[in-house]
Amino acid sequence: MPNRYAYYPGCSLEKNARAYHISTLYVAEKLGVALEEVPDWNCCGATEYFAIAALPAYALVARNLALAQGMDWNGGQRHLVAPCSACFLNLSKTDHYMADSPQLAAQVNEALAAGGLHYDPGAVFVHHLLDVIVDDVGYEKVQEMVTKPLFGLRVAPYYGCLVTRPDYKHIHNEPEHPFCLDDLLAALGATVIDYPVKTACCGGHMTQISEDTALELIRRLLKAAADYRADAIVALCPMCQLNLDGYQAQVNKHFGTDYHIPILYFTQVMGLAFGATPEEIGIGKEFVDARPVLNKIQEKPPEEGKKRRKKRRDKQALPMPELLRTHTGRK
Amino acid sequence: MALDPGIVPEGRRTFMQEVIAATPGGDPHLELCLQCGTCGGSCPSGPDMDHTPRQLFAMIAAGMREDVLKSNTPWFCVSCYYCVVRCPQEIHITDIMYTLKRMAIEEGYYRESSAAEAPDFSETFIDFVEHYGRSFELGLATRYHLKHHPLGMLKMAGMGLNMLIKGRMDLKPTRIEHLDQLQAILQKAKELEGKD
Repeated sequence: MPNRYAYYPGCSLEKNARAYHISTLYVAEKLGVALEEVPDWNCCGATEYFAIAALPAYALVARNLALAQGMDWNGGQRHLVAPCSACFLNLSKTDHYMADSPQLAAQVNEALAAGGLHYDPGAVFVHHLLDVIVDDVGYEKVQEMVTKPLFGLRVAPYYGCLVTRPDYKHIHNEPEHPFCLDDLLAALGATVIDYPVKTACCGGHMTQISEDTALELIRRLLKAAADYRADAIVALCPMCQLNLDGYQAQVNKHFGTDYHIPILYFTQVMGLAFGATPEEIGIGKEFVDARPVLNKIQEKPPEEGKKRRKKRRDKQALPMPELLRTHTGRK
Repeated sequence: MALDPGIVPEGRRTFMQEVIAATPGGDPHLELCLQCGTCGGSCPSGPDMDHTPRQLFAMIAAGMREDVLKSNTPWFCVSCYYCVVRCPQEIHITDIMYTLKRMAIEEGYYRESSAAEAPDFSETFIDFVEHYGRSFELGLATRYHLKHHPLGMLKMAGMGLNMLIKGRMDLKPTRIEHLDQLQAILQKAKELEGKD
């Protein structure tokens, strides 16, 4: 694991997703992940700046990469981590396209030079917080820190879009059916449902552009979680959390449903298993109160249902393919 | 004189070439579209689009500039990248949607699409970023909705109030320390793109 990461919280974590910020710092400290905030970072432009102007949008993101490159790294490899999926995408996309297109890199650097900055494509390795936890820290280390396993808590692992897609660095290689968050939550003792819409879209900014479109996308995510009797949905992006949590009441009104599914950040769920009090990890800031479901956490693992005796298969039958359940991460 | 069918006369780019040229960051592979329809079939907001991405790409190839730039399709792209990872031709579909948004704004065609307010949302968002260096949700929501959905403000106000009570929204924007540096960078980038 790298000694240190440049930390890019992004605008959401400053306020709307404060709970994500607080719980990230809590978990990082427990796991010995050293985070140092990028000095004077600016907004990544979210999904908006690219719609207005291309080069300024890349330059906006590149200022952050240049600032991260300029931090004191003692000659070591530079790593940057963003907990927000949209920030992660914009940072890694800008780095990737600058490396891919010398013309873009030259123009972005000409713009950066107006502010006395420079960025060398590839100089900073951009991570999402999830891959730092599962690949760099690893499940074993996480498991060692668990003091209050989440026995009996049924969780839906929700990846959303941008962590596994487009995955410029081939970290996940699982654009549609990733398992790393499933495995992480299982390591915390939780019961992880096989969430069929784990990488479906929450609608992003569509709540502002076309509410009908957005509410339908949010409804699908809530319905699947309810159908699989999940106590909570575990998210890793402030946009996903806000849409599922903040618009849940509107979904209920719009469709005549009655969902009450709390949406927690994966770092909050980790914090709970590490023995944090709800306040220490920002629980209470969500619109759909998470505290009632936390009472479902039991002292002991849930008893497994009676094992049905497997019918002996006909020796003549063809073997069935096995579902590959490995996280093929960077080692 | 007969035109050489393989050569586009100088100064006359096809619409497709224009779209490709306006999409920075490596080859977007747009001309490789097979019309397989995987993109539209994967699109979460496809049912609400005027044209699926596949249709839009056929229209680009046919040079239907006006229809393409009036389509609500780019504005309904949620940037989920499902089509991008599934496209057998590795077309940078999301990036092309961003390019089409920029062209639609530049040429004013977006006003005739069913998503005519969408550019203003992006522009309002960016305006705060350019003035403070950070996004500002309260300012964005109030300015955008007052302008476009004054009657819907009441509904939004409820959510906004909840955000304030939960401590999830700031009343004032946050300004970065070296705002002048950021603005100089953005100004230079706009000049280089010929859009200052």
